[in-house]
Amino acid sequence: MQTTAHRFTEKASAALADRELQGMLQQMRVHVPERRQAAVDALPEFETLRDRGRAIKDHVIANLDFYLERFEAKVTAAGGKVHWCADAAEARDTILGICRKAGARTVTKGKTMVGEEIAINAHLERHGMIPVETDLGEYIIQLRDEPPSHIIAPSFHVSAAQVADTFLEHHTHLDPKRPLGDIADLLSEARGILRSRFLAADVGITGANFLVAETGSTVIVTNEGNGDLTQTLPGVHIVLAGIEKVVPTLEDASTIMRILARSATGQEMSVYTTFSTGPRRPEDPDGPAEYHVVLLDNGRSAVLGTEFQDLLRCIRCGACLDHCPIYHAVGGHSYGSVYGGPIGAALTPALVGLEKSLDLPNASTLCGRCESVCPMRIPLPKMLRNWREAAFDRHLMPARARWGLKLWAFLAKRPALYRRISGAGARFLAWRGGKAGRIASLPFAGGWTRWRDLPAPEGETFQARWRRERGGA
Amino acid sequence: MSGARAKIMDSIRRGLHRGAPDEAARAECEARLARHASGPIPARGQLDSEGQVALFAKMAEGVSATVERLEGYEDVPAAVARYLKANNLPAEIRLAPAPMVAQLDWSSQPLIEVTAGASDGSHKVGLSPAFAGVAETATLMMVSGPEAPTTLNFLPDHHLILLPRSRLFGAYEEAWARLRAGYGEGEMPRTVNLVTGPSRSADIGHVPQLGAHGPRRLHILIVDDEAAPER
Amino acid sequence: MAESRPQVALFVTCLVDLFRPSIGFAAVKLLEEAGCRVAVPAAQTCCGQPAYNSGDRADARAIARQVIETFEGHDHVVAPSGSCAGMLRVHYPALFADDPAWKPRAEALAARTHELVSFLVDVMKLKKVAARWNASAAYHDSCSGLRELGVRTQPRALLSSVAGLSVKDLGVPEACCGFGGTFCVKYGEISDKIAADKLKDVADTGAGMLLAGDLGCLLHLAGKAKRDGMNLAVRHVAEVLAGDDRTPPIGEGR
Repeated sequence: MQTTAHRFTEKASAALADRELQGMLQQMRVHVPERRQAAVDALPEFETLRDRGRAIKDHVIANLDFYLERFEAKVTAAGGKVHWCADAAEARDTILGICRKAGARTVTKGKTMVGEEIAINAHLERHGMIPVETDLGEYIIQLRDEPPSHIIAPSFHVSAAQVADTFLEHHTHLDPKRPLGDIADLLSEARGILRSRFLAADVGITGANFLVAETGSTVIVTNEGNGDLTQTLPGVHIVLAGIEKVVPTLEDASTIMRILARSATGQEMSVYTTFSTGPRRPEDPDGPAEYHVVLLDNGRSAVLGTEFQDLLRCIRCGACLDHCPIYHAVGGHSYGSVYGGPIGAALTPALVGLEKSLDLPNASTLCGRCESVCPMRIPLPKMLRNWREAAFDRHLMPARARWGLKLWAFLAKRPALYRRISGAGARFLAWRGGKAGRIASLPFAGGWTRWRDLPAPEGETFQARWRRERGGA
Repeated sequence: MSGARAKIMDSIRRGLHRGAPDEAARAECEARLARHASGPIPARGQLDSEGQVALFAKMAEGVSATVERLEGYEDVPAAVARYLKANNLPAEIRLAPAPMVAQLDWSSQPLIEVTAGASDGSHKVGLSPAFAGVAETATLMMVSGPEAPTTLNFLPDHHLILLPRSRLFGAYEEAWARLRAGYGEGEMPRTVNLVTGPSRSADIGHVPQLGAHGPRRLHILIVDDEAAPER
Repeated sequence: MAESRPQVALFVTCLVDLFRPSIGFAAVKLLEEAGCRVAVPAAQTCCGQPAYNSGDRADARAIARQVIETFEGHDHVVAPSGSCAGMLRVHYPALFADDPAWKPRAEALAARTHELVSFLVDVMKLKKVAARWNASAAYHDSCSGLRELGVRTQPRALLSSVAGLSVKDLGVPEACCGFGGTFCVKYGEISDKIAADKLKDVADTGAGMLLAGDLGCLLHLAGKAKRDGMNLAVRHVAEVLAGDDRTPPIGEGR
């Protein structure tokens, strides 16, 4: 997976200076959590459903080989074909091979994060095909040649005015003086253009929210209907999915459906939840003649049995991003990864290596709001802490921070010495604070005082004053 | 890619600290599949038939769909005519070739041009039967087959849906049970679309808009059919 | 009679010890008025969060063992901090999950450890305090207290009994303030932005005072408010509940 995660602080700094982006993030910070909460409040069974969802996923993870085999057998029985791919390169080549065999020129795509993960578009383009993103957000960022900035709202960072500019630049066959001031105009234009692409496509690629082992069905969840047109109109339908997406039964999928949309957008249910099973039947009036499922591992099985196994429960709803103070401050692109926000900070080191993404698990206050809203109850702060432990053990932390930490720990383990040092520190800092009661700049504390004043201590530590007043009880 | 398959399976089993699943594990998973037990069912949909119709209508309104209640199939053509007129639409409709729809008597609406079959994108208005409806979220279960083209669910701007009241259920799980009764355990039609309202997107300017790629309008005709509700 | 009073060991926390002992004394006052005997074990330093959250598990365990030993033998352990109490209650047992010798001791300590205000309300069944404070105050729920310990209603219940005080809820009450321990130093620019958002929410309430139950958040927010020239008195909730107005607000001179 391509990554610029090592440039996190630089990109975060740019994002913080981007006023337009900050306006959009502020709206998200206030309103998106409200929508989720309203949906949660309207369903008394929500917490029970979360527990059940977690139990389903944990059961699948413990029996992943069984359910994948069953899924494959059912897909095959329905006339489809399953392709197993250990890594991104295998998946890219498998998809290219299917497209070539179909003589494909135009390839439409529903939204797939795994497609981003394996960078399939660039691969198809390199080999002379035209991949067309059909999710509106994905279409916009494809035109702008940008990565997604949010798991379910890939063009979150683009304003309506910027969309208008992008359409003017790319839809050159249309009247340049046409009105594009209303969102409805923009939507209507995109609908018209993409409609012709849907009808022209030779192959359609979608992702999958679930794979149902019981029936061999792949499931996509969308609001636009683009995924359905992508998979219904061309002669070939390719489903690209991570191996962790399998669930046992239709009932299990239903349980998770109930928490997915509510967590993702605050909807009770997304508009289209589509179960696809094999190619069109002989008597069907429409549907694809070929049906392929590309199952991707790409590091997922290596997470099994490790302290990161819980990450495999993720259903990519994006709730952790929507509720993250860091994401609200710096947006999705700062993470430099296909997956941003808390889940991205936890997943990316597993996908690209901790050395290349050291900032991601560290740039968190561990405030725990992500875990509190995760429909799958993934302990995200614990995952981030696990990465910090790995970084500490592998001496990846900057030497100065490591020694500072060690010195502090040395003192914390020696209470008598600690009391002497803290007593001296309290007196010194109180003196530095003077009448103002705060310190504007302090050597060795520039990390604090660059951004905020340091409130000065009262001058005597609690311990000293307690012993003085109460005689050391 | 059978090499990859073996590699992935090996890696999974290594991670799980075991070999291939033993008999006991297999039996447990098989039993779980065979049981296909439901999870927690929201109480909100567990109502009598009238209550479910009311809930369905309320939830449909919440997702910008419209609902009309009809006393019988004979009222469908007139309802279609009213819809076309009210929305200034041409007097044309594309029907799913399903018996429930094919049996409709259009003689009362001679001006409406009626055709049947899949859609190629040239049809403004489509009419399809729903396999089932779920009151919990005003969700329609659309099932593909010779009588029900999937294209009709997505290409026309206006999608009219016939929902027999006897096929209105409280929860998704009841609709799955009905589907299994029709197709068999573990079997599915090529496509099952769960449809909840008209197509929408908030990808431009973070403002929800209807009619992204699929229908701009979804109009549901709940028909009081003869059959007693199957419960 | 005295022996029937519950005996509480105060875990004062390193930040209160160093920066603002008056919070510790306010806590002692509240505990004693609620009928507790209070002890302050001298061998306490810090709960070990800086090591734990930086990935230094060995030092975190060593410090935790020291805290466990120091605080054994008391009926309750109370800290004027949701974050430090959460460390003892939630994370110590996790640290020793695979250590048969220390796990029961960590769990025993966890079961006896409480955040100050929730202890007063949930354990001591305190319904009201005697304090008076003429002010309008915004209350910030610090993250660990809120999500690890469920401290939400308790401070509001006691604050509502303070004569003259009106309490405002913040616009996004679940949002973090951006302190995050060493985070606020390592990622100062991001931390600063999160603090600015929080202080904007505070300003929107029109309150002249900001209260919270964790000194880390308060030092960070007070420092930011002062740097920005904002007219806001920042205090720990215990100071107000104990009616201690002799100490100037955090970051202000005498």
